[in-house]
Formats: sequence, structure tokens, C-alpha cells
Amino acid sequence: MDCSLLRSLINRYCAGEENWVDSRTIYIGHREPPSGTDAYIPQRYPDNRIVSSKYTFWNFVPKNLFEQFRRIANFYFLIIFLVQLIIDTPTSPVTSGLPLFFVITVTAVKQGYEDWLRHKADNAVNQCPVHIIQHGKVVRKQSRKLRVGDIVLVKEDETFPCDLIFLSSSREDGTCFVTTASLDGESSHKTYFAVQDTKAFHTEQEVDTINATIECEQPQSDLYKFVGRINIYQGQDEPIARPLGSENLLLRGATLKNTEHIFAVVIYTGMETKMALNYQSKSQKRSAVEKSMNTYLIVYLCILISKAVINTAMKYVWQSDPNRDEPFYNQKTDSERQRNTLLKVITDFLAFMVLFNYIIPVSMYVTVEMQKFLGSYFITWDDDMFDSELGEGAVVNTSDLNEELGQIEYVFTDKTGTLTENSMEFIECCVDGHVYVPDAICNGQILTGTVGMDMIDSSPGAGGQEREELFFRALCLCHTVQVKEEESVDGIKKGLQPCGKSSSVYISSSPDEVALVEGMKRLGFTYLRLKDNHMEILNRDDDIERFELMEVLTFDSVRRRMSVIVKSSTGEYYLFCKGADSSIFPRVIKGKVDQVRARVEHNAVEGLRTLCVAYKTLAQDEYESVCKQLNTAKLALNDRDKKLAEAFDVIERDLILLGATAVEDRLQDKAADTIESLHKAGMKVWVLTGDKMETAAATCYACRLFHRNTQILELTTKRTEEQSLHDALFDLSKTVLRHCGSLTRDTLSGLSHDVPDYGLIIDGATLSSVMKPTEEGSSGNYKEIFLEICRNCSAVLCCRMAPLQKAQIVKMIKTSKEHPITLAIGDGANDVSMILEAHVGIGIMGKEGRQAARNSDYAIPKFKHLKKMLLVHGHYYYIRISELVQYFFYKNVCFIFPQFLYQFFCGFSQQPLYDTAYLTLYNISFTSLPILLYSLIEQHVNMDILKRDPSLYRDIAKNSLLRWRIFIYWTLLGLFDAVVFFFGAYFLFDNTSFTSNGQMFGNWTFGTLVFTVMVFTVTLKLALDTQYWTWINHFVIWGSLLFYVVFSLLWGGIIWPFLNYQRMYYVFMQMLSSGPAWLGIILLITISLIPDLLKKVICRQLWPTSAERIQAKRQCLSVEPSTIFMLSQTSSNISF
Amino acid sequence: MASSYNAKEEDGQLSGAAGSGGVGAAKSKKPDNTAFKQQRLPAWQPILTAGTVLPAFFVIGLIFIPIGIGLLVTSNNIKEFESDVFMYYGLSNFYQNHRRYVKSRDDSQLNGDKSSLTNPSKECEPYRTSDSKPIAPCGAIANSLFNDTLTLYYINPNGTESVVPLIKKGIAWWTDKNVKFRNPGGSNSNLTAVFQGTSKPVNWRKPVYELDTDPENNGFINEDFIVWMRTAALPTFRKLYRLIEKKNNMIPTLQRGNYTLEITYNYPVRRFDGRKRMILSTISWMGGKNPFLGIAYITVGSVCFFLGVVLLIVHHKYGNRNNSAEIPN
Repeated sequence: MDCSLLRSLINRYCAGEENWVDSRTIYIGHREPPSGTDAYIPQRYPDNRIVSSKYTFWNFVPKNLFEQFRRIANFYFLIIFLVQLIIDTPTSPVTSGLPLFFVITVTAVKQGYEDWLRHKADNAVNQCPVHIIQHGKVVRKQSRKLRVGDIVLVKEDETFPCDLIFLSSSREDGTCFVTTASLDGESSHKTYFAVQDTKAFHTEQEVDTINATIECEQPQSDLYKFVGRINIYQGQDEPIARPLGSENLLLRGATLKNTEHIFAVVIYTGMETKMALNYQSKSQKRSAVEKSMNTYLIVYLCILISKAVINTAMKYVWQSDPNRDEPFYNQKTDSERQRNTLLKVITDFLAFMVLFNYIIPVSMYVTVEMQKFLGSYFITWDDDMFDSELGEGAVVNTSDLNEELGQIEYVFTDKTGTLTENSMEFIECCVDGHVYVPDAICNGQILTGTVGMDMIDSSPGAGGQEREELFFRALCLCHTVQVKEEESVDGIKKGLQPCGKSSSVYISSSPDEVALVEGMKRLGFTYLRLKDNHMEILNRDDDIERFELMEVLTFDSVRRRMSVIVKSSTGEYYLFCKGADSSIFPRVIKGKVDQVRARVEHNAVEGLRTLCVAYKTLAQDEYESVCKQLNTAKLALNDRDKKLAEAFDVIERDLILLGATAVEDRLQDKAADTIESLHKAGMKVWVLTGDKMETAAATCYACRLFHRNTQILELTTKRTEEQSLHDALFDLSKTVLRHCGSLTRDTLSGLSHDVPDYGLIIDGATLSSVMKPTEEGSSGNYKEIFLEICRNCSAVLCCRMAPLQKAQIVKMIKTSKEHPITLAIGDGANDVSMILEAHVGIGIMGKEGRQAARNSDYAIPKFKHLKKMLLVHGHYYYIRISELVQYFFYKNVCFIFPQFLYQFFCGFSQQPLYDTAYLTLYNISFTSLPILLYSLIEQHVNMDILKRDPSLYRDIAKNSLLRWRIFIYWTLLGLFDAVVFFFGAYFLFDNTSFTSNGQMFGNWTFGTLVFTVMVFTVTLKLALDTQYWTWINHFVIWGSLLFYVVFSLLWGGIIWPFLNYQRMYYVFMQMLSSGPAWLGIILLITISLIPDLLKKVICRQLWPTSAERIQAKRQCLSVEPSTIFMLSQTSSNISF
Repeated sequence: MASSYNAKEEDGQLSGAAGSGGVGAAKSKKPDNTAFKQQRLPAWQPILTAGTVLPAFFVIGLIFIPIGIGLLVTSNNIKEFESDVFMYYGLSNFYQNHRRYVKSRDDSQLNGDKSSLTNPSKECEPYRTSDSKPIAPCGAIANSLFNDTLTLYYINPNGTESVVPLIKKGIAWWTDKNVKFRNPGGSNSNLTAVFQGTSKPVNWRKPVYELDTDPENNGFINEDFIVWMRTAALPTFRKLYRLIEKKNNMIPTLQRGNYTLEITYNYPVRRFDGRKRMILSTISWMGGKNPFLGIAYITVGSVCFFLGVVLLIVHHKYGNRNNSAEIPN
């Protein structure tokens, strides 16, 4: 990927500055335009090769190694290894080389395999045959040989090989259907339109005669944005220019559906296609635990360096006496004598570094990675998070953040599709104040009489009838729903027609529209299809009405409305507009605004989603001017969106209000329970929605984000109209702070039910003015006050949010002074920005496509699964990894500190205390598996209890298990243990024999004794920490100890022929044959374990955490059943 | 140690509940419902509370104190020369554990490897070759072999001195003597011929094949040499020199009286401020005299007992309060 990008860049710049232009010009079929037209600067384009692989065969080794050693830890180990190779160091290079080699090889093999798969996939794609038109004939070519300007033929169910401009289709109307499932996950069919002037070219020969050029922008990554222009030359006339938009652009990766074949011209190829430009990797998120781990690493690096410095200094002080430096019995070689002093000092320093380097073990990284990678499987496997309806469970996109799930302080959630089902159901409509409720059950008849269950007005007059039908027609016409007629059920199916006439399915990217069209069907107006640009409606009298679809003014979230312009069979032009009430009412000049508004507000309070419908008739000349406006806007190459928005604004004016609709979006299962749990767990839940305030507030009440006794603070445009923003903010903060000042202590202690808690409602407009820096520079103040208010509110609702604003809010909270850990959860494309912004992004596998799920760190099927994800998995992962990190540092302090102490007794000569095999294997095999397995399966509290009692989550908030205090405790414990091991062995060895045959032990026995005590202590310390003993724990803990003993027996039991030293021969056995050694080992293990045990017990007794209280309670309850039963169970368990 | 045990049998139940919803296509993607994958493996969940740890402390105390007393008594009884007596020489301020020293040896040469005999390891520098002939045994350790001779005389009551018989067999590890150290060319070859072409270590007076007249104790398998080659852990150390065996049960090995120690002084220690010692000691089952272990056991035992009492108090004073405080919740 890099290569070809680089190549294209080089091409661009080497070819000369003037060649780099903002737009590109493409000759369709490589046909030169007639002379006399503007001379275009020829540009070079890349070929259509897709390169997603990172490496080639020959650059794999160097490039991969380079990539791996860019990680600071690997680089550190490499340096240590090189130092060992270069200078004469106490330990053999194998001790650090072997683990490093192992890690590097495993990673390289994994990455190589992945890259090989990518190569295979690339090749399959690049060599896949495509049909192109050359000289009026269809020619097969490999996909990678496609060039910009080629005309290609794509058949049904084929995937587009590159980005194409749609020229013509086998369908009469010049449309084609496309599914972009592999691009954005939306499996619904989208309609694309051929260029108007070329859609008549149906055969290869005809297409080959097209003489046109396309001007378009250079490739950019936004999938939904494209501006271009096609100039069609016919004879010697001035070319006809037509606008090209994203509706003409067929994207690579999308698949042609329901269309026999199409012709299209290549405009972007290879790595310049929008799909390739969207390959960009997501920014790396790092968890709080990882950050603390890195801090600790730096501390340990400092310890390491200071140890080495101290020892080097001591060494030169000590050996200033020549008899110590070079006694007669231990002379140096000549070369050693002649060495420069400075060089000697550096060598000594490095040698000490190498001797102590195990304090930062390579295996910690491996273990942490493995823990994260393997641990994340528990999320995927979790049965409780499996949704049988979707047939999918949770998905882990990154395992780096598992433990962050246990640290969440703020939850930002989307409303639609996240808190609610996003399966819309048409509830009612209101025409001029008459309310229509369709029968809940469709009985297969034409439903003429389902009117007026809840009459507000008196009976509708004759005009009323007409208005009512117009309203229904409006809803039937003003939408972008497609009808899918076949039975196949890929994608999201909605409202399979139950009445059995034809099995057609409505498909739309917006579920609201489907609900509306279906609602209309139940009220007697059935939208049949869009045929030849005519929309067909089956009305109540079973007649088919046809409307010609003239223009669609598509929906966008800024305008919050859409319109269509249709021409009825009688030749009248209508503009139907539907949209949010706030965007319709200001544009209405006629109609029963007040009644409709009342009904809309009523429905909004009920939590229904409301839309208003309005129309106007257009005269012929009006229509033409509208067309002209639209076309000029569409033709613009620059600022097209802005110009279009202006045109829409002019067109959608002076409307006549028809009525309003109400659609229900049901709450997701257990949404309220989940929110309540999150609250109890100490998290602040914010709902960020684009919906209107009343609807959103109703949903919030329904899902218990706000309680009845929640005091709602409003910060909305309505309020800021009355009062300046400044005053409003200060008022609110006064209200909030007055209470909180007196009650801080209670709120801290958690469950404070009597305290009136606050909920804040803010809307997008107000929020942006809060965040906007003002001239006086007091913006910081506003932001601070706002944050202060938010901090004291248990729930915040932000409504009328634009997608980008959601991300802004997340960022604002994230960067506020406490740096809280944030989580964003959402299901739609509009949530992607906040999902990417938050520390942890969770996607719901929703109905609005999979974009959120794909961009998230974790994807879950339903909102309710968040509860288990955070309260159980997050909690577990956090306690597991924090123990893992602390324990790793602890055990390496235990490991290395005796070596440091030994230097004081061996003349600072860097003599290692332990044998090479022990040095190498300590972290790799003797003590690695117990902690890895512990960090995979430890459960201090039962998961049902964690779920039942969310307040336990507060125990681990704020990275509490990796605080400095705890880190220092572990380090001191490690130091204490190391001192016990070393001096215990020292006094045992002190100038006496401790065998029964009077023979003496040497330095290797000394080291082995220390090492044995250490391996046992460190493993038993973990055993003391383990609170969940499955057979696996028993197996690895006792198995590791057994393995150590067996290994030592074997290692010392044979004269190893490949070793040039036999220093460990029978050392271990001789040690075990001595009684005092056994007694000493037992004694030292006991001494090292007692302080930690004591601390644990005392802390539990005097300052229990809530988890410990729960454990105690459980114990009290379960002590009742007979002990004998429990014992028998235990023994059976162990024997498992 | 009290514990609660919860074998979870909900597994089957759970799968039934969740599985009932989507059987058809969903089934393929549905995760397996094993206890391991659902993190519901049956487990023993011990809790370390004051109540449960208390007995452990008392037990440790009760076990350790007697052991400590036993050890101390054994250690203090050692000075009576009733049984076999072991004769050690001790050196202080001698860094046998210096890295340059420790590695300066060639184990394969010592194991009888012929090629290593003529071409010793580089680690032996600067004691690798002498007069361009390879040194056997090479290296600093071998070169600095302790070469004082100690002889012990008993002064009979009548004034005459009689030599105390010192046995030099059994002072090295059996495995060292029989496996790790081998003379080149097997056990019954002519050592002088085998070591032809090698040079003696520079500090030695005589070559390695003249260390002893006994062929079983000559060359590399000389026990004094083997003992020296096992480098000591600390700069002050002692090494086993000779054994004095008990002759009969009636009289002590070394009877009460005056002794003379004659030292053939070869080994210089003044240059590095070292000191030499000779130690006579009997050995119990727990080795030589070392009160450390006994004292340590008694101390740890007592501390554990004391902690047990402290925990008992804590448990009674605070334990009930805790429980009563949270049961209403």
C-alpha cells in the first residue's frame, strides 16, 4: 500500500508541479475529444492493483524486523542482547536472546501468515477477470490491468472492480441496484442512476461510440461525496455538460444487484479507489492500565540503571586496592590489563545492566499480550451476550482495551437503535387534527374504515376527505423506500406483506420511512413500485395511481427534512415535504398549525417520533425555475453541497401543512435495568441524540435515566432566548453547587437516595455556543462552568446533536481535568465519530448498517449486554490484569534483587547468582503459566453477584489497583522477600557445612537454594492471591512447582554433552540430600509469605472493600451446609 | 481454612434458555456452552480471613518452636568430639566467587576429554598455556589450589606425639569424584604418559599426575583438587580437608588432651589480607554447628504464635462488628 502511494506521489511530483491539479479529466474509452476543446493536462494514474499486503517476499525479513524493533520494549531487549554479544558479560547471550528470538519469531510468523493471506486475497482480486469494451467488443482482462478511462461491463452479482461512473444499464430507466454491504455494511439495495445522456447506449458498439470527457475531483476518502461533470460531444457542437454526483458513482467493493448488466467508465483505480482510501488503520487506543504499566516500567528502568551505577561505583571503590583487583590467584589477561579505564567502566556498567536486565522481563509483554488476546475470547464466547435473533454474539475488534471496560466513568449512548429498538411501528397520524390509528392487525381487507378512533375535531367535511387522501398520498410518495419483490432475505427485512397479494418487502436506510409506508398500506394506500420514474400507488379503490417522480430533495441531518416533486397523471406538480416539526413549522403558511402542533407535542411527550408533512402545488413555470435552480446547484463543481442546500432552502418554502405522523420506537429489552445498573456502578450516563428534546426526554424517563425525583435542569435554546447563556449557566451552577456543597460526603459514599439528583438537558445549539470561544476569551469559563454542572448531574441528555458534536462532547469530557475514562456506544454511522473518540467505543450491531460495529472496539448485539460487558467482564479483566502487572514486577524484584546483593559478596564481579538455565527459564516456564492462567480465570466475586450488585464496580474505579501505594507495596514486598531469600541462604551457608557427611557446598548450590526458595515463594504467593481455584489453577500452580523440581533434577542429573560447563551437575540433588536445606527452604518460604498474608487478613478485617464484604457474607451463608459435604466436593474437584 | 464451594449446575439450564430462541441458522454461530467458556468452571473459593488464618498461625507456631529447639540443641551438642570428626581449612577474604575466577576452568578437560586436554577452553586465560604448552588442569581455580599440608599430632600424656590418622577419602562429592572428574584415558592408564605434552599450572610445584601416589586419588580425581574446584559461595569459606574416623565406641574420636597442628606453609594469604583457619568439627544430621536455623525457627514460631494471638483479638473485636454491620444490607 505504502509503495504504490509513494509511487503515485513520486509520479506526481517528478512529473512537475504543474501536473498536480485539483481535478482529473478522463476520456471515456480513451477517445480524444474533438480538437479545439481545452487542452487537458495529461495525468498518470496508477493501475488497478490493490495492495493490502504489507510485505513482499524479499522485504519481509528486514521490514518486519524493523517494525518489531520499533516497539520500545523489543528494542530494549535487542540492545541487551547485542551488549551481551559484544562485551564479556556475566550471562550468556542465550539467556536474553532465546526469549527475544522466540517472541520475535512467533510475531513474525503470525504477521507473515496474515500477510500471506492478504497476498492471496490481493491476488485473487487483482487477477479476477473483468470485461472491458475495446473497439466495440467485449474483452476479458485481469482486474489489475484496468486503466482510467476504460469502459467496463459489469454483470449481475459481480463486484465493481474500481470506482466507476455509471453510463448505462440494461434497465430501461437507466438505474441499477447496488448493495454496499462490504463497504459500509448496509445490506439494503441502493439505487444508482446512469448519466442521463448516455443511458440510451445499450450495446457494446453503442457504448464504444460515446465521445465524452469526465472532469472530477481527485480521489478522496468520503464514500458519500463525489462531484464531477461529464462533457458529452455530439458532432461539432458545444459539449453538453451534466453534473455527476455520488448517485452516478459506483464504488469498488459494491455489488450489482437486480440488474442484468451495466456499462460504466473507470475513474479511480487501484489504491485511489474510495474503498482503498478507507483502509486507513484506526488510531491506536491505549488503556489506562497500559499507561500505568509504562510508568512502572520507567520506574524499574531507573531502578535498573541505579543498581548498575551503584554496583559499578562500588566496584571501583572496592578494587582500588590492587590486591583485590587482581590477587595473585586471579590474574587478568594482558588484554584486560591494557584496556582503557573509561572503556572498562562502560563495560562494567553494561555488564551490570545485563546482569540485572531481567527485572524488566520480555515475558511480561508476551504474557500481557497473551492475556489480552486469549482473555478476549471469553467475551466472544459469552452465552449471555449472544443474541439468538441476530445469531451473533459479541465481537472483539481490539483486545487491547479489555481492562479498560472495568474503568469506565462516563457512558455516552446514542438513543435511536441503542436505547431503543429502532424497529419503528406506525402508531397514528393526524390530519388537520383528526387522528387516524390503523388497526393493529391487518386483516387482509382494504381498510377503509379505520379512521378516527380519537376524534379531536368534529367530523371531517368534504374538504377534509380530500386533504386526508392528499396526506396519505404524500406519505406514499415522499420517501426513498424501495420495493423488493423477491423472496430472498439477505439483509434486513421489514414488514413482509402479510396480506399475501405479492410478497414484496420495503427496504430503506431509514426505518421510519418503512414504518410510514407500511402504516399507509394499513390505511389503504399501498405504495407499489417505482417504474420508469413513475411511482405507483394502489389506492383505497384498488386503482393504481401513477405519479411521475420529477425530483428528490434528499434528506440530510442539517435540514432534517426531505421533499419530492411529483407530477400527477393530470399534469399537476406537487411538492411533498416531510420532516421534523421544527424544520417544517417555520416554513408553513397555511394549515391547522395549532392543532397539529398540539398533537405533535402530545406524541413527543409520549416518546413517539413525530414527523410533519406539508405540501405545495407548483405551477409549470414554478417547476421549471425550481429545476433550473437545482440543476445549477448540481452542476457546480465547488461547494456543491452548500449551493444545493441554498436551493433546497428556497424551494421548500411556503408550504401548506397537512398533518403529522407518530412512529413508536420501542425501548430495547432491559434498557432501563442496564442504565440503572450503570448508575449504581458509579458511571455517569449521557444520552446523545439527534432527536428532539421532548421525545428524547420521554425515552430517558422510560429507561430510568431520569427518575421521577430527578430535578431536571434545562439548558436549551428556549431558555437561552429568555436569558443570556451566561446567566443561565451561572443560575444552574448555583442550584447544583448549593446542594452538592453540603452533601458531598453523602454522594461520595455512593447510594444516596434521599439526595435530589440532577439531570441536565442541553441541546445542540446551546452546546455549541457553550463550547464556542467567545471574543472576550471567557469561553474557558463557560466550558468550566458547564463541566462543573455536568459533574454534579447523574444524567445528562443532549438532544439535537450533529454527529460531530457527539464526538466533541466526548472529547470535552475526556480532556477535562480529571481525565475520566469514557465509553461511547452507538449503532449508526452517526455514532462512529464518538465511538472513535472515546476511550472505549462499543458498537451495537444495529439495523442502520454495521458501520458503528466495524469502527468500534467491541461490538455487542444489544444495549443490555453492556451491563455484563462492563460489570462482569470489565471488572474481571481489570482485577486480572492489575494483578498480572503487579505480580510480574514483584516476582522480578524477587528474582533480581538477590543478584544485586550477591555483588557485595563477590567483589562486584558481576558473578550471576543463578545458573544460566534458571535465569532463562524463570520467567519463561517456572513462573509464567500460573500467573497467565490466574489472569485468565480469576474471579474474586461470583459473576452473578457482580451483576446483581453494580456498586462493586466502584471498588476498582480510578485505576485503584494500580495506584502508587499498591505498586510500592508490591515492590517493597518483593524487596523484603529478596532480602529474606538472600540472607536466609547466607546465614545458612555462613562458614559451616550443612550436610551430614561434612562436605561443603559451593556457590551454585547457594544460588540454587535461593532460587528454589524464590520459585516456591513466588508461586505460593500467587496461590494465596488466587480466590477461584478451578482444576486448571491446581494444575498449573502445582504443575509449575513440580516442573521446576523435575527440571532441576534432570538439569543436574546428566553431564550435558553440548555444554562447555557442568557447574550444575548434581547440585540440586546434593542440596536436597541435606536436611537443613529442607528446613531452611521451608523456613524461608514461611517467612516470606507471612507479611503478605498478615496484611491481607488485617486489611480484610479492618478495612474491607465491598467485594470482600460480599465474600464474607456469602461465606456466612454457605457455611451452613455440612462441612463434610464441602470437603468431599473439594477433593473430588482436585482429583478432576 | 474455611471455604465455600459452589459447583454450578446452571450451565445446562442456561443453554436451554438461550438456545430456545434461535435454533436454525443462528446455531452455527452460537458459542459452545461449556463451563470453561462461560467462566463457570466449578471452583473452590477460599477466603483468607482472620478466622481462617488464625489456626494456621498457631499451627506454624506449634510446629516451628519444637523444631527450632531441637535444632538448637543439636547444634550446641556438636562440639563434643564423640563421633567422626571433620577437619576443615578455612580461608577468608578469598574471592573464589569472583566471576573471572569462577569461569576460569574447563569442565570437559576435567572430565577427561582428550581434545580439551591439549586445547583447553579460552575461559582459562591467562592460565591456559604455559611455555606454549597447554596447562592441565587449566584455569585460575586449579592454579590456585590450596597446597598447605596439615598434620595433627596428639600429645600423649607421656609427652610423645602421635599422628592422628587423617583420612582423605570421602571429602569430595561422590558424583564429582566418580562422574564429573575423570582422568584422560580412563582410570587405569599411565597418568604420566597421558599428561605428556601438557604443562603443570604455573603456581604448582609438581604436575597434576603427582598429586598423590594412590592412583585412585591422583590426577584430576584427586579429592583435594576436586574439593578446591567447587568454588565457594562467599569470600569467607571453609573446605573439607580430612576426616578423622571414630575407631571404637568406647573412646571419643579425639580424646581430651593437647594436640599439635603442623602446617607446611605454602599458601600465601597475607597479600590479600586473608586469613587461614583450621576447624575441627563433628557433624550431626543437620551438619556442622550453626545455631542460625534453630534460632530462626524458634523466632518465627514465636512470632507466628504471637500473630495468632493478635489475630484472635482482632477477629473477636472487629470480626463480629463487620458481620453484623453488613448482614442487614
